[in-house]
Amino acid sequence: MNQDIYVVIEHLRGQVAEISFVMLAGARELAKGLGGNVVAVLLGHNAQGLAGNPSAGSGKYLSADKVLYIDHPALADFTSDAYQKALAGLVGKDQPRAVLFGSTSIGTDLASTLSIKLGLPMVSSCRSFSADGKFISQICGGKIMAEGDLPGPTALVTMVPGGYKAEQGQSAQAPGITQVEIPALESLRVTLAGYIEPEAGDVDIAKEPVLVSVGRGIQNQDNISLAEDLAKALGGVVSGSRPVIDQGWLATSRLVGKSGKHVKPKIYLALGISGAPEHAEAITDSNTIIAINTDPAAPIFNIAKYGAEIDLFDLVEVLTAQVKAAKGS
Amino acid sequence: MNIVILVKLVPDLVEELTVDTSGIALDTAWLRLIINEFDDHAIEQGILLKERGGGQVTVVAADIEGVDDVLFTAAAKGADRLIKVKADFTGVNNHALARAFTTVIKELQPDLVLTGVQANNDLDGSLGPLLAGCLEMPYVGYLSGVSLAEGKTKVRKEYPGGLIAEMDVTLPAVLGIQAAEQPPRYVAVSKVRQVMKTSTIEERTVSGLDMTGGPTLARMFQTEAGQRATMITGSPDEVAAKLVGIFKELGVL
Repeated sequence: MNQDIYVVIEHLRGQVAEISFVMLAGARELAKGLGGNVVAVLLGHNAQGLAGNPSAGSGKYLSADKVLYIDHPALADFTSDAYQKALAGLVGKDQPRAVLFGSTSIGTDLASTLSIKLGLPMVSSCRSFSADGKFISQICGGKIMAEGDLPGPTALVTMVPGGYKAEQGQSAQAPGITQVEIPALESLRVTLAGYIEPEAGDVDIAKEPVLVSVGRGIQNQDNISLAEDLAKALGGVVSGSRPVIDQGWLATSRLVGKSGKHVKPKIYLALGISGAPEHAEAITDSNTIIAINTDPAAPIFNIAKYGAEIDLFDLVEVLTAQVKAAKGS
Repeated sequence: MNIVILVKLVPDLVEELTVDTSGIALDTAWLRLIINEFDDHAIEQGILLKERGGGQVTVVAADIEGVDDVLFTAAAKGADRLIKVKADFTGVNNHALARAFTTVIKELQPDLVLTGVQANNDLDGSLGPLLAGCLEMPYVGYLSGVSLAEGKTKVRKEYPGGLIAEMDVTLPAVLGIQAAEQPPRYVAVSKVRQVMKTSTIEERTVSGLDMTGGPTLARMFQTEAGQRATMITGSPDEVAAKLVGIFKELGVL
């Protein structure tokens, strides 16, 4: 057993995911207090470049004391079974103080199963660490925080974004890479058949300057037109949060959130959106967030610049009329 | 095809949440529990699979307040068998729930186990992958589509930006549902009442829950606002006027 913090680097189709840098930043804070190293764990096939070359976009490297690289053809693309088997061997042998995973489509497929398989404790939805080794998790749609000592001997942790900036997990220096051998990956029960590209959609919400975004508070499909009228008056388009898309009220291409688009409009007007972490992480790059919600405890008010605790149905038509009038004058 | 769906009741986030006097748990006195919305999608997906290819759908849940309504609603939607697991669920975590459900699910010998990909009060991992670990079955989550073929299932797994990966998973397997292929169907209360008269809920008792694997909390608290929004008050007309002012300031109007 040692005090090192392992970070399972997430990457998709040749690109390191932003959460990987966020986790490296969290790992650094934790390692500082514990006196261990930050170790990036990279799984892939012919993927050394992801650690050895600067990352696309930032031009920076993974900020880690070293990189453990596991190469295998079955690890070329993420599948839960192969990744689990490869990680179980490594974590079981090295016994680091903690292993960080993204609270994502990749990380959540791994951490819980490994917790049972290896008999190790687990913490989910961790947002940040304190220097004395405490985790702080965010639950109940962002309304409640839970804090405790990092369980031992090896804590498996899934992390949500928000506690650290990606830049804090980036470095101008390339880390050293050590290749780790693993036993054969056989009788895999999950295999990748292929990728389906996102629907193009009529507009790219990531490029729109004004988004009028609707959440569960819009109540039904007929009410979407209220938001459309307002968006049109403001020269923008309508987007939505997960419940609205799952109900089929808006096309998938309009989804703002973890599995949808990350957006950065000049104005993000959130109508009846509570601001759960899965949604919040996708809108923080917006210039100005304005939130309309009847629930004063809605987490959206913690990230919005302006807010109004008012029923959207009392406001939207009045607002559309005033916007039209202002344009006419 | 034998399909088992696990459902969990979670705090209704529309209600005000407060921490109890222990300082490490939610105050249950005013807590309203509702079905985890992702579990509702898991039920829908399970029933869709049955409608397409036949089979039996069994819904399993922990016996806590409100569970009968949740189970009878699932039956009204098309579930064939309902089971509630009895134990002392005070302060239960997902590791303990997964272990408690493992015994029951082994008895059912499912081809496929479906559950919601996550729940809003998960603190020690999600039920699906924990259960997959206990049952030694493969697990894939974040799914928005499931189809069945001989001995395997083809699933659509969601990645950021709308990208989908199609994966083949050997059966039996545990799947974490993000969204069913269609919105969860609506059933009228009258139909649920009718089902209550004709359906039965089977019971299984599990003793001594094993919570090993979850963290011990030191503190639970309401999220503190980092930078609370500047609140705009007044009548709808006044709020609209102030917003128009902000739009002008930002150069949108």
